[in-house]
Amino acid sequence: MKMGKRDFNKKYRNYHQARWDEPIIFELTQPGERGILLPEAEPEVEAAGLPELGAMVRKNAPKLPEMSQMRVLKHYMHLSQENIGADETVDIGQGTCTMKYNPKINDRMAGLPGFADIHPRQSESTVQGALELMYQTEQMLKSISGMDRFCMHPGGGAQAVLTIATVVRDWVDAQGLTDKKDEIITTIFSHPANPACAAVKGFKLITIYPDKNGRPDLEAMKAAVNERTAAVFITNPEDIGIYNSDIKEFTKLVHDAGGLCSYDQANANALLGITRAREADFDLCFFNIHKTFASPHGCGGPGCGVMGVREHLVKYLPAPLVGYDEKKDRYFLDYDSPSKTTRIKDFYGVLPAIVRGYSWMRNLGPDWLREVSRVAVLNNNYVFKKIMAMRGVGAPYAEGEFRMEQVRYSLQKLKEETGIGVAEFINRMFDYGMHLWSSHEPWIVPEPFTVEPTESYSKAELDEYLAVLEKVIDECYKTPDVVRHAPERAAIHHTDHDIQDDLKRAAITWRAYNKKYTGYFEPKA
Amino acid sequence: MAESIGIIVNPIAGMGGRVGLKGTDGDALRLAVERGVAPRSTARAAESLRALCELATADVPFTLYAGRGPLGEDAARDAGIDPVVVDGATRLGGPTTADDTVAVARAMKERGVRLLLFAGGDGTARDVCRAVGEDCLALGIPAGVKIHSAVYASSPKAAGRVAADLLSGRIPRSAEKLAEVMDIDEDAYRSGRLNARLYGYLCVPYERGRVQNLKSGSAASDAASQAEAAQGAAVLVESEPDTLFLVGAGTTTRALLAALGIEGTLLGVDAVQGGTHPQILATDMGEREILTILDGHPTAKIVVTPIGGQGFVFGRGNQQFSPEVIRRVGRENIALLASPAKITALRGAPLLVDTGDESLDAALEGYYRIITGPGRSIVYGVKQG
Amino acid sequence: MTHPYIPNSVPKIQEEMLREIGAKSIDEFFKCIPDDLQFKGRLAIPEPLLSEAALKRHVEGMADKNTPATRVVSFLGGGCWNHYVPASCDEINGRSEFLTAYAGDPYEDHGRFQALFEYASMMAELLEMDVVNIPTYDGAQAAGTALRMACRITERSRVLVPALMSPDRLKVIRTYLHPQIEVETIAADKENLTLDLADLKAKLNDKTAAVFIENPAFLGVIETQGEKISKLAHDAGALFVVWADPSSLGALTPPSGYGADIACGDIQPLGIHMHFGGGRGGYIASRDEAKYIEEYPSRLFGISPTTHGEWGFGDVAWERTSFAKREDAKEFVGTAAALWGITAGVYLATMGPQGMADLGNGIMKRARYLANALGKIKGVRVATNAPFFKEFPVTFEGKKVAEINEALLSRGIHGGHDLTPDYPNLKNSALYCVNETMTKADMDALVSALSEILKG
Repeated sequence: MKMGKRDFNKKYRNYHQARWDEPIIFELTQPGERGILLPEAEPEVEAAGLPELGAMVRKNAPKLPEMSQMRVLKHYMHLSQENIGADETVDIGQGTCTMKYNPKINDRMAGLPGFADIHPRQSESTVQGALELMYQTEQMLKSISGMDRFCMHPGGGAQAVLTIATVVRDWVDAQGLTDKKDEIITTIFSHPANPACAAVKGFKLITIYPDKNGRPDLEAMKAAVNERTAAVFITNPEDIGIYNSDIKEFTKLVHDAGGLCSYDQANANALLGITRAREADFDLCFFNIHKTFASPHGCGGPGCGVMGVREHLVKYLPAPLVGYDEKKDRYFLDYDSPSKTTRIKDFYGVLPAIVRGYSWMRNLGPDWLREVSRVAVLNNNYVFKKIMAMRGVGAPYAEGEFRMEQVRYSLQKLKEETGIGVAEFINRMFDYGMHLWSSHEPWIVPEPFTVEPTESYSKAELDEYLAVLEKVIDECYKTPDVVRHAPERAAIHHTDHDIQDDLKRAAITWRAYNKKYTGYFEPKA
Repeated sequence: MAESIGIIVNPIAGMGGRVGLKGTDGDALRLAVERGVAPRSTARAAESLRALCELATADVPFTLYAGRGPLGEDAARDAGIDPVVVDGATRLGGPTTADDTVAVARAMKERGVRLLLFAGGDGTARDVCRAVGEDCLALGIPAGVKIHSAVYASSPKAAGRVAADLLSGRIPRSAEKLAEVMDIDEDAYRSGRLNARLYGYLCVPYERGRVQNLKSGSAASDAASQAEAAQGAAVLVESEPDTLFLVGAGTTTRALLAALGIEGTLLGVDAVQGGTHPQILATDMGEREILTILDGHPTAKIVVTPIGGQGFVFGRGNQQFSPEVIRRVGRENIALLASPAKITALRGAPLLVDTGDESLDAALEGYYRIITGPGRSIVYGVKQG
Repeated sequence: MTHPYIPNSVPKIQEEMLREIGAKSIDEFFKCIPDDLQFKGRLAIPEPLLSEAALKRHVEGMADKNTPATRVVSFLGGGCWNHYVPASCDEINGRSEFLTAYAGDPYEDHGRFQALFEYASMMAELLEMDVVNIPTYDGAQAAGTALRMACRITERSRVLVPALMSPDRLKVIRTYLHPQIEVETIAADKENLTLDLADLKAKLNDKTAAVFIENPAFLGVIETQGEKISKLAHDAGALFVVWADPSSLGALTPPSGYGADIACGDIQPLGIHMHFGGGRGGYIASRDEAKYIEEYPSRLFGISPTTHGEWGFGDVAWERTSFAKREDAKEFVGTAAALWGITAGVYLATMGPQGMADLGNGIMKRARYLANALGKIKGVRVATNAPFFKEFPVTFEGKKVAEINEALLSRGIHGGHDLTPDYPNLKNSALYCVNETMTKADMDALVSALSEILKG
């Protein structure tokens, strides 16, 4: 055998994703195969028979695949290998999402039968451990934010914003100001859920754009606030990674006008033990346990958006909260302090995420938690410095200033010089096993991408990511066609996306596909 | 069927600027030639075509139609392309005129070009607009002295890239929008007054960020978000039966009239009586007619949308809103509407006013609530242009 | 000391990085935070449990204070159910490629797109409907959104829901629909606890956007009047929205079979642990028509061709979503329950058509066996004449439900959910629930315990 040579100086990998050419699961069906058997009913039970159901008896069996167990498993193993998680890559290119390490021990803890197999309606005496864990999580979050009470129900950040919008709505209604306080102010760099949820709760929306330094325009804010202002929904730092030093002026303006201030803390990874919602005079805030507190993202949930308020708003929170009776040393579901009518979600919150968040905070304690933020910001400024030295990349606003935990960059110059924008650029990044995301819309920063290194990646990993970024930029200038044809080393090749905007052609399920097409996308007459 | 691109060059565009003239209309051209200025628009068009060739993928062949000689053919050959020459011109040789541009553009429209590229300035855009109206996708290669129109790419190279992206399907067929063709009165401009008029609209490719992945994707379509803004302004018009609304020019304000179920003009100022059944009282009014109608309507509001790429609220394309009109209506009665995309496109620059009256411009500065939909607004700054 | 989760806590590395940045210390990065906003104290968080072993011991200790349903016989249901979770489900949702992924595009996260497309496709077969969303937070959110969709489609703003529906779900719906949409309740038949059609008729009018029912209902009964309700709703120009428990659909006719325009519900029964009520996902399904598709706030994944003849995927009609249109979107979307969607897909593929039929039928037989046996106890009465699926209300005489449950608990049995606070008309009743793993011995144990308790 002739041995190859290993290039020890190469800074990026010769990556290739698994490519299984995996069939759609329905193509794997083999009539008669079974994946699992259920316990048979005893003859006496069997004898009880089925009720008289008339037309409610299902006529045709659902056309689900019929597969033996190992084949089902193998199919999903293949699909998992055609996917990439934070465990597999240097996942710093998904800015705003805090793709940090999700410790395995926390997964094990969340899966313990004592947490995974308890019913929400069990006697409180049989779930004291779960209630205690939720209560103690709340105490830690109170310290981190300075808020007085937390509701753990929301299943993600967006639902936490919905909860906030609901509290603001109920607070306005309770004062009889429904028609008088009907506006919510937000900023264009806030997560889209902020304006969207405010709109769901019937508020008018006023949007503030950034000033020259990238911070929400304070003068515009002054012009926007008036007696109709019910609340401001704001983030700090916003998704571009610049801390708004004037934040207290924003909250003062709104308070002076009789409104509430809500702090979207999805970007809290720079702030643990550094600065808090309370000192900046916020009335409400929320954190994402699945971002800042290391619960995994699960391909897009289950998440957990814990939502905190100051004392005067506790009565508007959805019930139940978790309480502790010191005298009896008993944890309990508290239906008395919060609202009697408001509910956001079934039951009490996403326990597996809460267990992970609790376990993560208990492992770190007060000092390492602070170190998390300090290193996240250090890592970001290191990456920032290196990226700004690359050709074709810029980062608008606040020139010469450091950033917090992330930076929004622009490939506008690269696009002007090579014709390649962020849409094509990111496909090539993956040929080297790296993920890069553009940014939320609208693209105020042209051809944007956002990098959030978090505290989880070593300098060597950051350097590897940077090397790939540099390599792809180089390719844009030297071999643009290679970039345009990327990805070449992913599970699949260039995909037609126009089909998804034409609802006559789009097929959202296999059932719909088979009604519209035969073979490989041959339209049925 | 192979796709085709058309190229038209206004060979004298841009010559005035080099010698401090403002445009090459009328006598300015003679002066420029006398001062020994060489044409630069051919070079810029060639730069654009080179970018097109570089970026167009080999598997998408296309035909290039070009005007004869200096009208496009020269630029094509400079870029190493052998074009199909289209004759529209009636005369050959000698200085070309606006008529040449019009004739060639018409011929290209008839040949069904996928995109008509034209190199020039505002005057050239006017000629192309006159020839093809909104019927043919067109895009300007900036080469002229005056570029107030919003139909130009940011650079010659960018124009070439858009053409390539259209051919390869990276910009989908549906992605187009109407953009303003503006021009200023050059004589007035040379004597120090800026007097821009809105001449019409061209249909230009709308380059959208199109990434299929989570939390990003195509921006909302231009027409849809204009319609949202129009709905928002319609709520205002319908809620004030005693107010006279002076609706300015633009596609967004036209969408407002459509939302109100009335017909007005795209380029002019129309008067609308508010209320649940709004009535159109007058269309395409000049300053004097506006002042007259204001006499009979003490309560009036101006409804305007920023015009052109630079975001002028007053002073470009809507001079009918003269300083006197604006003063009589009052700053507090100015309603701005725009799609969020229009604000985003300003990249942080303020909206502008240039009424020709400095003290009025100063008084108009400050922050406004720009209506972007029903119960939706952006608070944004206006400054003197 | 350095921390295992923070590689760059190594002092030498920090110094090196600071040098490259040109900063003297990490504190410099935080100078933008005004002094009065700097948190000067120390967080009130317990001292760290730095070793993994110590952490494990601590958290396990808390888990041990809970009694999992697997260790007792539990008759609790009412919106969260103790179904058997096949090992494959946990295996797949524990795969780190899925567990720790988030928002990759359709190339690098091809597996996620395909797995969720397949989830939607299998739900579509179960429901016999052509469009299914990527799961939202839970069944209650799905119901709220389905009703908002119905209001947008019909351009009306009033919905009718059963008075006896899940009280918590009703609260979620009311909360979510406020302030634009009015929610009115329809009375139930007193004997059967099914919908009172006369009351429905009286309340339907040209302002009604939707008639909503649960089937099987919160109280377990199977609504057999589906077609009649559907006709009444449609005659009034309203949509018919049905909340259906997917664990019933291998045996029962799906909502589309009796005229539902939109189906919704919770996928927790499909291979997802109860997690104290925290393991949930909401499905929404409809016909493949633009007027429905355009009203979904959720992401919808569609199948695409690729240049190489592979199965590719992408987002359908992205511009509906709040990611694209912020406040002008259809409601809102965010991180919700994707991993549970993948899990439910594994479950449905593992169960297959026969497994789902066995599940539904096995549950119904057990429920009937238990109801028959309970009905024979003096002072115990099954509170409905209608057929039921896995749950049914039981009325007790002599002792309060709370007392009975306390007594059952001491015998290692979790008695049914106490309905008394929410359903005063049902007087002293509890909702008893069975699952597919329950044996005759489990149920007989309850019967003898209850006989004993009520005697005493």
